[in-house]
Amino acid sequence: MTEPLLRVIDLKTHFRTKASWMFGEKQLIKAVDGVSFDIAPGEVLSLVGESGCGKSTVGRTLTHLEQATSGRALFEGRDFLVMSPNEFRPLRREIQMIFQDPFASLNPRLKIEQTLGEPLFIHGLCKTWDEARAKIAVMLETVGMDPLVMKRHPHEFSGGQRQRIGIARVMILKPKLVIADEAVSALDVSIQAQVLNLLKKLQQDSGVSMLFISHDLGVVRHISDQVAVMHEGKIVEIGRKRQIFEAPQHEYTRKLLESIPRVKIGKEVA
Amino acid sequence: MALLEVQDLEIAVRTKGKLLPVVQGVSFDVDDNETLGIVGESGCGKSLTALAIMGLLGGTTVRITGGNIRFDGMDLLTLSDGERRSIMGNRMAMIFQEPMTSLNPVYRIGDQIIENIRQHQKMTNAQARDRAVELLSLVRIPNPSERVDSFPHQMSGGQRQRVMIAMALSCDPKLLIADEPTTALDVTVQKEVLDLMADLQTRMGTAIVLISHDLGVISETCDKVAVMYRGRVVEAAATENLFAELAHPYTRGLLNSIPVVDSDVDWLEAIPGRVPTLEEELTGCAFHPRCALVTKLCATSVPQETEYKPGHSVRCHFSGKVAP
Repeated sequence: MTEPLLRVIDLKTHFRTKASWMFGEKQLIKAVDGVSFDIAPGEVLSLVGESGCGKSTVGRTLTHLEQATSGRALFEGRDFLVMSPNEFRPLRREIQMIFQDPFASLNPRLKIEQTLGEPLFIHGLCKTWDEARAKIAVMLETVGMDPLVMKRHPHEFSGGQRQRIGIARVMILKPKLVIADEAVSALDVSIQAQVLNLLKKLQQDSGVSMLFISHDLGVVRHISDQVAVMHEGKIVEIGRKRQIFEAPQHEYTRKLLESIPRVKIGKEVA
Repeated sequence: MALLEVQDLEIAVRTKGKLLPVVQGVSFDVDDNETLGIVGESGCGKSLTALAIMGLLGGTTVRITGGNIRFDGMDLLTLSDGERRSIMGNRMAMIFQEPMTSLNPVYRIGDQIIENIRQHQKMTNAQARDRAVELLSLVRIPNPSERVDSFPHQMSGGQRQRVMIAMALSCDPKLLIADEPTTALDVTVQKEVLDLMADLQTRMGTAIVLISHDLGVISETCDKVAVMYRGRVVEAAATENLFAELAHPYTRGLLNSIPVVDSDVDWLEAIPGRVPTLEEELTGCAFHPRCALVTKLCATSVPQETEYKPGHSVRCHFSGKVAP
């Protein structure tokens, strides 16, 4: 087997709440409590679970947005959780994050070309704006948008279009790992299908690895190679997609799968 | 005559001095013990329709511009404020999507339920409190006699939604309108809340209008379905008949867009384009820019409601045809 691109070993992220008159004593919240998984190059691993299970905290810890309590995370063999912000900076290009809310994750004051162009300069991928604009135009076409939109501001776009721009902002840096936290959850079904197809196609074409965080088992089945089911900070079951969906071993996985309302197509035979 | 009859409902929004139609010619009816599902994507007008029935479209920006709504023989649109207040929360109640924001955070949940009961029924505070405890146990809140004194922040999202249901049921309504009641909840909790609603319906014979964007929820809980797109009902039928044969290309597209948990597909059949915004002027069928079956006719004439099969109506010039 090939060396995994990302290996997470016994990751723990605990939070301490403050003591207050209303909520009582200080508490220790074990948001992520001993999570381990591997992502191979070019593979998609989904973390699925209900709200509060710690799936988003895993993603945020891996991008240094939260501090890990213990455990290790190796990216191409190097533990990056212990890196200082300066050491981690070069890795930020290679580990990118797509967020849920397309309305909050684009700066409303910046034109699209600034939003997409800035990271290119920061990471030294471009020297001139002409170069940057050429790259942006290609990228916008790849995500199904007219290159002319780079002169416009985020408020001029719908949710689905903004999420395409968010994906373009990530993919233009040619990352090796994309962490997508509920990337299609805020979209209407017909738009969600478009964006999901786009994400899957870009992933397959570029061979980027992906950690896909979602509560929606249908979406997870559509995009993943591997699935990890999280419950109360722990992974209760992890395996290849087919195994999880067709032969779930853990009681909680079965409960999740059974709870999904399904469309009954066709007449039932009486 | 059905319990709730909505006929040719028209709602318009005033922006920049222009009246833009947001709901056009919507008609449906719901009877006792029956659940009607209204399904559609954001902006299709499903929530506005619910608010119109509840009389919550006040002000000058959003207005009912036509049609009528009859409940139990009364014309809801011509009621005085006093008459309306005596019906709402009493014989007709509504559950909203956000259990976080629809409860008052500074009052105990019991007091909020008691307030509604005493508004409509002659009861002492103690009697109403007993009734509140009874309602909380009905919606399966554990330890109801203690939880009646809880504040909303002490409860989980699912529990809060149950409190909302308890409050809506406090005066034994004949009609319950639920606007995305489970959208903010986890799937396992969603199942519990939907089962609870179905159970209460069989016991009390309540009519329910369930508004949702989730075809799975609709398919599992409703007796009949109205599919809305951009302000119009484009397809309506009994649930079983609708899913047996989807007649409108939009309904088919919506169903094909959903990634399902029970099988694998390589690519989803997404509907191209997006729902047109209100400001965009449309001629003909509102779905024609995204439709695979589009012809010149679709761009110029609005399809009328036609009977596709008995009890199955559709608004499409080419209903039932499938794209080549």
